[in-house]
Amino acid sequence: MPVLDIARARVTDVVNAFATPLKASHYVELVNPLWTSHKLQARVEEVWDETADSRTITLRPGRNWRRHRAGQYVRLGVPIGGRRFTRTYSISSSPERRDGCITITVKVLDGGRMSGHLVRELAVGSYLPIGLPQGEFVVPDSTPVRPLFITAGSGITPVMSMLRTWDLVGNMPDVAHIHYAPHRYDVIFATELARMAERHRRFRFEPVLTRELDGAVEGDRHFGAAQLDELCPDWRERDVWACGPQSLLEAVEQHFEDAGRSRYLHIERFRAPLADVPDDAEGGEATFVSAGDRVTALAEPATPLLRVAEDAGLNPQHGCRMGICHTCDVPLVAGRVRDLRTGDLIDEPGQLVQICIAGAAGACELALTTPSN
Amino acid sequence: MTTAMTTATTTGLPVDLPDAVIEQLGRELDEIYDATIASLGADDERYIRRLIRTQRTLALGSRVAMLAGAAIRPRGLLGRKVGPTGHRAGAALLAGGTAGLGLAKILENMEIGHNVMHGQWDWMNDPEINSTVWEWDTVCSSDHWKHGHNIVHHTWTNVLGKDRDIGYEIMRTTSEKPWNPVYLAQPIYNTLLALLFEWGVGLHEIDFDKLAGGTRDEKIEQLELFQGFARKAVRQAAKDYVLWPSLAGPGFRDVMAADAAANLIRNVWSYVIIFCGHFPDGVHLFDESVTEDETRAGWYLRQMLGSANIDGGAAFHVLAGNLSHQVEHHLFPDMPSNRYSQVAPRVEALCARYGLPYNKGPLRRQFGTTIRKIWRYALPGGEDKIATAPAVPGS
Repeated sequence: MPVLDIARARVTDVVNAFATPLKASHYVELVNPLWTSHKLQARVEEVWDETADSRTITLRPGRNWRRHRAGQYVRLGVPIGGRRFTRTYSISSSPERRDGCITITVKVLDGGRMSGHLVRELAVGSYLPIGLPQGEFVVPDSTPVRPLFITAGSGITPVMSMLRTWDLVGNMPDVAHIHYAPHRYDVIFATELARMAERHRRFRFEPVLTRELDGAVEGDRHFGAAQLDELCPDWRERDVWACGPQSLLEAVEQHFEDAGRSRYLHIERFRAPLADVPDDAEGGEATFVSAGDRVTALAEPATPLLRVAEDAGLNPQHGCRMGICHTCDVPLVAGRVRDLRTGDLIDEPGQLVQICIAGAAGACELALTTPSN
Repeated sequence: MTTAMTTATTTGLPVDLPDAVIEQLGRELDEIYDATIASLGADDERYIRRLIRTQRTLALGSRVAMLAGAAIRPRGLLGRKVGPTGHRAGAALLAGGTAGLGLAKILENMEIGHNVMHGQWDWMNDPEINSTVWEWDTVCSSDHWKHGHNIVHHTWTNVLGKDRDIGYEIMRTTSEKPWNPVYLAQPIYNTLLALLFEWGVGLHEIDFDKLAGGTRDEKIEQLELFQGFARKAVRQAAKDYVLWPSLAGPGFRDVMAADAAANLIRNVWSYVIIFCGHFPDGVHLFDESVTEDETRAGWYLRQMLGSANIDGGAAFHVLAGNLSHQVEHHLFPDMPSNRYSQVAPRVEALCARYGLPYNKGPLRRQFGTTIRKIWRYALPGGEDKIATAPAVPGS
């Protein structure tokens, strides 16, 4: 087998030598963007509106896709106004799906640039950069479990992938599922879930509607101990998977910690719990990551981050130090920086930052190792 | 607008503008830059993606045409004998493939590669189309280019003793440079440079004085630069002169010659465009003293006075990598090149308002005066022709 691998690598080298300085895959992309090996893209096959503010997008990933495990998420890039933005979405389809497609279901978040674009403007037939499936929010294949799912809003998507798989294969375990949504018509996949509950007696679906139509709520219908006892009396005997907004996850975490059952709780977050940075925040802790080393330094608001890094004993690649040559460009990992020339804020992870003319605007983290082909 | 010429032997700032006025000019140029960058969007993205796709399709199609031409020219497909018609068709395919590949290399090197490496498309946040990873289709490695060009040349534009692009170290293009008998031969090696331009660019970053007589560390540094160049050059040469020709079997030499001709077309064209950037009559050179305490506005002023534009239509500008808008490129090196033609009239209007020369002209004028300079300065003496402020109406 290794001999075969070596032979294949040699052939690939020779074929690529014809395309230098590119790879042969760059020319394959001209024929079909799904056949490339130098990057992974997916074609938008179908868009389907689920509720007023959510939409399911069917994607056909390229040849190098690896089948996901139910519950995993994927990174998706979308160019908006010419700029690429990347977000992660849980896959809502079953890995057992036969046509090689996956689905994600996106709900418009308040002020969400990417979710708004995906739900309102995405065109069928476009190609989007996609990552490989990732994440540990999965149900073990081997050991039998009695899951309790607690989800809210679009947090239902990874759980949907699990339920669809059991439904398709026909081995639905004893499942209790509590799902929160504002109104009846906000419940994503409502019809499919109702049918599933009819088909499988061991699947119990408990939708909790947190608001009446006129906005008045009769008592608190959000997650709580008494409500859990009522909807799922045997919760102490179950493994729990929870996915939803930060407030729900905090309440669930607290409850299971108090009950001494934290180790049975699995959580999927939409985003890392970062403190909000006020708009006028300036300066802050700058962290530079380079070959696994992390160096943190306090950055004055008007000091270029290149200077901050140098003062901290680092030697980032740089050139003109006046914002014209782009030798010092490094990707932003997290946090926010300010272009000292224009005052514009940059807070998009992955965005290249010219550190010779950018200062910290709150805490920020930059990857000093330059990406290479 | 006719630009008045004078001869000058000093290389200080040739315009007598008060600092406050220069700063005002700087603010106006900043405004042009900021407004353009703020307006970048999906149309610009479509432009560069479409151009890259077109360029790659053209390159691949041209190579396939060459192989087909080489296959039918001598003996016909499958060894059947071909008459003169088949022979002509084969030769036409070879010629078409050569022209197509030359064009593809021009597009890749100039409008795509050079500009991507300047960071003009970094704003798209694309992992491939950005200045940190782009590698272009020439023997010059991107890393070397980004140092010698983006850092040294664009920061120290036309500063004597600093900008290694003044005469490319090997030629005398100004009376400020002392004459030496070696320069008698410069019309000859200028021609050689045009023919072998990519090799000249590839070796430009290497300091042969340091390689020969520098300290141990300097020698090692230059040797590493040379090794980097050699690695890239071997890959490039293998592709064009061994691998693709070998696919043609008995037509090996046909395809090798066609590839060499395509590289030659690219070399001569890029040489012509690039030499028109800073050498035509009227461009200014500067003493290092000019750059002391130089503000951003002062840097702008130096870029405007030290660069020259070439007139032409839309297709010409794309083929020139928009370096025909050299003034705008030097003012805003990281502005996407498809926007230069849009800002050029504003820059020209600003020049008129501030009484500054704006060096532009047809290719024959810009290239003609460049060549004349190279021939004239081969001999001792000579006088630099410097553009002076045009008469400003009402001032």
